[in-house]
Amino acid sequence: MYKYDNYDQQMLAERVSQFRGQTDRFLEGSLAESEFLPLRLQNGLYVQRLAPMLRVAIPYGMLSSRQLRKLAYIARHFDKGYGHFSTRQNIQFNWPHLKEVPDILAQLAEVEMHAIQTSGNCIRNTTTDQFAGVAPDELEDSRPYCEIIRQWSTFHPEFAYLPRKFKIAVCGTAIDQAATQVHDIGVYLIRNDNGVIGFRILAGGGLGRTPIIGKVIFDFVEKKHLLTTLEAILRVYNREGRRDNKYKARIKILVKETGLEEFKSKVMSEWEKIKDSVIELTNEEIHRCKSFFTDPPYAELSENEPSLKKALQKDLLFAAWNARNVHQHKKTGYSVVTVSLKETGVAPGDVSDKQLEFFADLADQYSFGEVRISHQQNLILADVKQQDLYDVWKSLKSHALHAGNRGLLTDIICCPGGDFCALANAKSIPIAESIQRKFDAPEELTKIGDLSVNISGCMNACGHHHVGNIGILGVDKKGAEFYQISLGGSSKNEASLGKIIGPSFAQDEIPDVIAKIVDVYQQAKSKNEKFLDTYQRIGIEPFKEKVYAKAD
Amino acid sequence: MPKLIKDKALANDYWTWLKEATDPAILKIIPGKNLIVPLKLWRFDQEELLDYPGDISIWVNSHENIEYIGNRIHELPLIGLNFPVFSDGRPYSKARQLRDDFGYKGEIRAIGDVLRDQISYMSLCGFDAFSPRYDQDIESCLGAFQDFTTAYQASVDQPTPLFRRR
Repeated sequence: MYKYDNYDQQMLAERVSQFRGQTDRFLEGSLAESEFLPLRLQNGLYVQRLAPMLRVAIPYGMLSSRQLRKLAYIARHFDKGYGHFSTRQNIQFNWPHLKEVPDILAQLAEVEMHAIQTSGNCIRNTTTDQFAGVAPDELEDSRPYCEIIRQWSTFHPEFAYLPRKFKIAVCGTAIDQAATQVHDIGVYLIRNDNGVIGFRILAGGGLGRTPIIGKVIFDFVEKKHLLTTLEAILRVYNREGRRDNKYKARIKILVKETGLEEFKSKVMSEWEKIKDSVIELTNEEIHRCKSFFTDPPYAELSENEPSLKKALQKDLLFAAWNARNVHQHKKTGYSVVTVSLKETGVAPGDVSDKQLEFFADLADQYSFGEVRISHQQNLILADVKQQDLYDVWKSLKSHALHAGNRGLLTDIICCPGGDFCALANAKSIPIAESIQRKFDAPEELTKIGDLSVNISGCMNACGHHHVGNIGILGVDKKGAEFYQISLGGSSKNEASLGKIIGPSFAQDEIPDVIAKIVDVYQQAKSKNEKFLDTYQRIGIEPFKEKVYAKAD
Repeated sequence: MPKLIKDKALANDYWTWLKEATDPAILKIIPGKNLIVPLKLWRFDQEELLDYPGDISIWVNSHENIEYIGNRIHELPLIGLNFPVFSDGRPYSKARQLRDDFGYKGEIRAIGDVLRDQISYMSLCGFDAFSPRYDQDIESCLGAFQDFTTAYQASVDQPTPLFRRR
């Protein structure tokens, strides 16, 4: 994991005291509310429906056990004892008091954490694949580059007042787990025809009101060009992005309205000016950042751990969990474990202070003291010995955290929705729960197989509904909460945006509608065919017919 | 004499900001000042400006293109960059462009909705003079330069980014 040096630590301390001063001036009345607004947003603080909400960054999803314990402390002392993992590798606290926020930030700084640029019209927390560094299909670990981007974007003086928010994702694996193509900038580590590893850089992707898949701006650049290409794209966007209408202010609209070729040529002309400048990345810096993400001291283990085999035969519940939530590791004898935070009855992504401490203990005991958070709002133990898997599962079971539903229909991605968020048109958490209750039989879920259900409470799309195999969007219909369903979305390599099936539904209709959609899929699928493939083969019509069929 | 911040200290302001000038006739009404005139006036009414008894410099609004200044940029002692509203981020890129692309060495002055809490980033982008909004306490604006002792990025004061200095 990256370790702060004196520079990092000092800048963070200076940031905390800067914000303390700003908060004091606001509270004493010498800083106007509208002028305090972007300052507090860039320190992670929203004002929500019920209370302020503080969004803390988990850079590219990595957390140490020490940081987990600090988050537990904050949840307990400044919140109501819980936090919420978001879809962007952040954790949100929903009940802090404004005047205490500088104290929370000071607490976070003690463990090299912060809430910098987690909100506001600036470059946000850089996200990546939750399996970075342990995935067998990885070209190169994306985290050193995420850290390089984190430092470049942190307090970037030129890009703090962009037309709109700006999100960057990096992907180094063959299977894209980071929804890279629906980010303002998506960075793929790729190998070119000459065998050199560098980057492919996309821009103009995004969800929200106008969902768009990113377009390739640089097909291949050498690693040294990472920061200059990003800077060139950002400069064109900062100068030319629309500022007259916040719904048209994201870079995706600029790329669309300018035209891809014209946009590219503007970026190229900026890039020409800076590509050989001092911000060109050095090998030394790449090596320095890589040195923080070396392999932990793995043991030399053999494959086919006999104790695991025995446990799998003996305990079918464990075997079912193992089949869904345990993934292949690059190192023989190790596995990657996804801890599902989608237990029915709990808001997706919610964790209590006690659970955070439990995860810290688990990480210390079984996974070199580290965990990761995924954009699917789950928690990952990246380096578990296969001989420990059964113990890990029993431990999880004793805390009711053993849901074996990773990637299944009940592993729902869900924003906080109308229960908490001031922007939402409709609630989303109760929808997730009603679906989880409808599909409560594990065998049935396993039979249905991989199927992503994503729920957003409004068209800002924090729940990524456009890229869910089944997407659910809360809409306001004359003051009542309704839900629009879309089908066929995906955030993986074959990224696609869902298509709206038809008129929206009332809240209580949703579980049955989902059941009908699943029925059509189950009947139409050929052996082992994924939902997306069936959908693409048979089209939306059969789903429509079934869902809107009049009862006899 | 009105005050401004120049090179991180309080200084007297010898310039008058001509906010609107659609017609060069206005120059006759205010003779003998040192004027910061709109880019447009400077581009299209050169002759009237040449006759003006006093120094002339220009200001550029956030939506205007810096390239319009043209070849005579280095004759200008000062270029004002206007913030119509403090949250408009375009002047930051303009200042970088003036310093990095055009090698402009004169004064770059932040004018308009200039507030204490943005001055530190402005300074890193190449602004060296600040004319804070009328209601700002100019003395406390000086505190902005103490907010951070270093930055990750290259700036006018520190032309080498942190990663090359570690």
